[in-house]
Amino acid sequence: MSTAETRTQAGAGAAAAGQLRRMPGLVPVTETLRTVERRAPEPLTRDADEDAGEGTGGFTGGDAAGGLRIGAFWRLLGSELALTFRRPRNMALLAVLGVVPVILGIGLRLASSTAGDGEMGGVVQNLAGNSLMLTFLSFSFLVLLLMPVAVSVVAGDAIAGEAGGGTLRYLLAAPAGRGRLLAVKYLNAVVFGYAVTAVVAVTALLTGLALFPGGSVTLLSGTTITVGEGLLRILLAVGYVGAAMAALAAVALALSTFTEVAIGAIAGTLVLLVVCQVVRAVPALAPVTPYLLPTRFTDFDGVLRDPVDYAALRDGLLSFAAYIALFGSIAWARFSGKDITS
Amino acid sequence: MTPVTVTGTTQEAGAPFGAAPPAGDSSAAIVTRGLTKRFRGGQVAVDALDLTVPRGSVYGFLGPNGSGKTTTIRMLLGLITPTAGTYDVLGLPPARALPRVGALVEGPAFYPYLSGEANLMRFDAADPSARRATARRRIADALDRVGLSAAAGKRYRNYSLGMRQRLAIAAALLGPRELLILDEPTNGLDPQGTREVRALVKEIAADGTTVFVSSHLLAEIEQMCTHAAIMRSGRLVVQGTIGSLSAGRVPLIRVETPDVAEAARVLGELGLSGVQAGAGELTAELGGQRPEMINAALVGQEVAVRGLAVVRPSLEDVFVGLTGEGFDVDG
Ligand SMILES: Nc1ncnc2c1ncn2[C@@H]1O[C@H](COP(=O)(O)OP(=O)(O)O)[C@@H](O)[C@H]1O
Ligand SMILES: [Mg+2]
Repeated sequence: MSTAETRTQAGAGAAAAGQLRRMPGLVPVTETLRTVERRAPEPLTRDADEDAGEGTGGFTGGDAAGGLRIGAFWRLLGSELALTFRRPRNMALLAVLGVVPVILGIGLRLASSTAGDGEMGGVVQNLAGNSLMLTFLSFSFLVLLLMPVAVSVVAGDAIAGEAGGGTLRYLLAAPAGRGRLLAVKYLNAVVFGYAVTAVVAVTALLTGLALFPGGSVTLLSGTTITVGEGLLRILLAVGYVGAAMAALAAVALALSTFTEVAIGAIAGTLVLLVVCQVVRAVPALAPVTPYLLPTRFTDFDGVLRDPVDYAALRDGLLSFAAYIALFGSIAWARFSGKDITS
Repeated sequence: MTPVTVTGTTQEAGAPFGAAPPAGDSSAAIVTRGLTKRFRGGQVAVDALDLTVPRGSVYGFLGPNGSGKTTTIRMLLGLITPTAGTYDVLGLPPARALPRVGALVEGPAFYPYLSGEANLMRFDAADPSARRATARRRIADALDRVGLSAAAGKRYRNYSLGMRQRLAIAAALLGPRELLILDEPTNGLDPQGTREVRALVKEIAADGTTVFVSSHLLAEIEQMCTHAAIMRSGRLVVQGTIGSLSAGRVPLIRVETPDVAEAARVLGELGLSGVQAGAGELTAELGGQRPEMINAALVGQEVAVRGLAVVRPSLEDVFVGLTGEGFDVDG
């Protein structure tokens, strides 16, 4: 830095012509101590070298307009999304989730051409000529474990990862604001959850269309609907499954505020998920199961009824909302007063 | 131990600090009153700290490792909640003050998979008062200022320790700052890097920015600060201008000579007190005497003067004088 050229702020307007100054590498001790010429700190004309018409310049004062605050929120969210969607680990997760429906489709296609009517007969029969069905099949295959893994990785990393890396203290000193940061982190995880859901839906849809060409869709209840209506129902399912992932993200985010080890929050979420599955498998614990989050995950198949089972979807969404409110509050309660010592 | 606040009579005390502070701000950049932090587990890291950091000063926050410097800085930045006491930064509530404060806390921390430039963009995005439109230019300026322009596009993972430290300082310089808080900015730097940081701090201070810099290296603070506070086990030992801190301690003159006895006699005749003879050298309190006259007197008496030096009291002497202890690690 000693040899770096530095610009002196030359006052409004004369900015571009800011003088270049060179700092000496070695500063004589006497000079540092006593004879530094000081000027009194003046009220900062923030970014005085901005275009004259620009008003506030590069920084906004303490009493910034609300519009700018909102802009700043989207900017931080944009930064968060860029970080998430450029991170190789997260992209690998999305890629894996995109590949599974393809493998599933190919497997079923092979089964349908060889097996005829074996045990798989039911599913395969259902699928042959039902190109959209692969999407629902992929969801039911992935929604209980692989998709939650991907979402937990991002949401569990949200606070704990920053704490572990030490970047949390610099974000908060910036100052990002605890509430703002938590909100941005959560929205980011929700967007990622929907991205995961969309990736599964889109690759499954494309694979289905390629491998099982067919016009109409036969529903679980036996009735047949058009492809257009089928696509609509896929959209409905994506909305529902995405909301399920958002609820899971709230749990992972809450755990993330309790630790500086991201892997701990991620593993903790997955352990909770597995415990829920175990509880669901124990008949004696049946009264509890309606309150467990994963119980609602597979209820997206309400869209495959005729007419659509809106009651089941609504109940599911309500329980997701309850989970989000509960774990969001836990996350806030913990994070707002937490001592950041990492 | 009661903290001593020294109001200096030396020239720095008269410096035009805070002649025209921004509206709504007090004349001090940082004020703490009884600031205390007790960690869970009972450890009192900071104990009833009363600091006053004048605007425009380069304020050295000194203390052995573990004396509570980082804990104090974390409280000032709102990262940890004080157990007791209050503080003021730039006379504003913390949320409003922080955009005007650049900080380096306990070493650099960045995203290893991002470039230096992308890292700065990330932290700039976190500041709600920073505008995106000017971000590129401000980042380029900050990188330029710390001499990192050439490595701007390189991943942080591949930065050397010195480069990381520079990037952290660049992050603290992203906006127009009224206060810079630097926690051990020269940690891990080689002597050249240390000199560079010192020069940068001096340059930033010359622009009117208050610099609050912590260090466990006394000599470093002596070389760049106008004011200093010394911590010991979470308590403030003393604070004041550098001049006033060592004002109570007298400079010594040290003479290297083979003729120790003869030299001692001459110094005594000159009226110097506290003459102490050693092997091949002797020291005495300089008092009001001029060193060149002492030298002339010695040479006139045919004492073979091999070396002559004025030893000014160091902050370390001040610390030892006040605490009676060495400047080592605190528990
Ligand atoms: N998170 C923590 N929990 C418990 N004790 C801590 C914590 N952080 C620091 N301390 C203790 O507080 C004291 C002051 O630490 P610190 O402020 O880091 O000192 P310094 O920065 O002056 O080296 C030390 O004794 C340290 O062990
Ligand atoms: Mg420290």
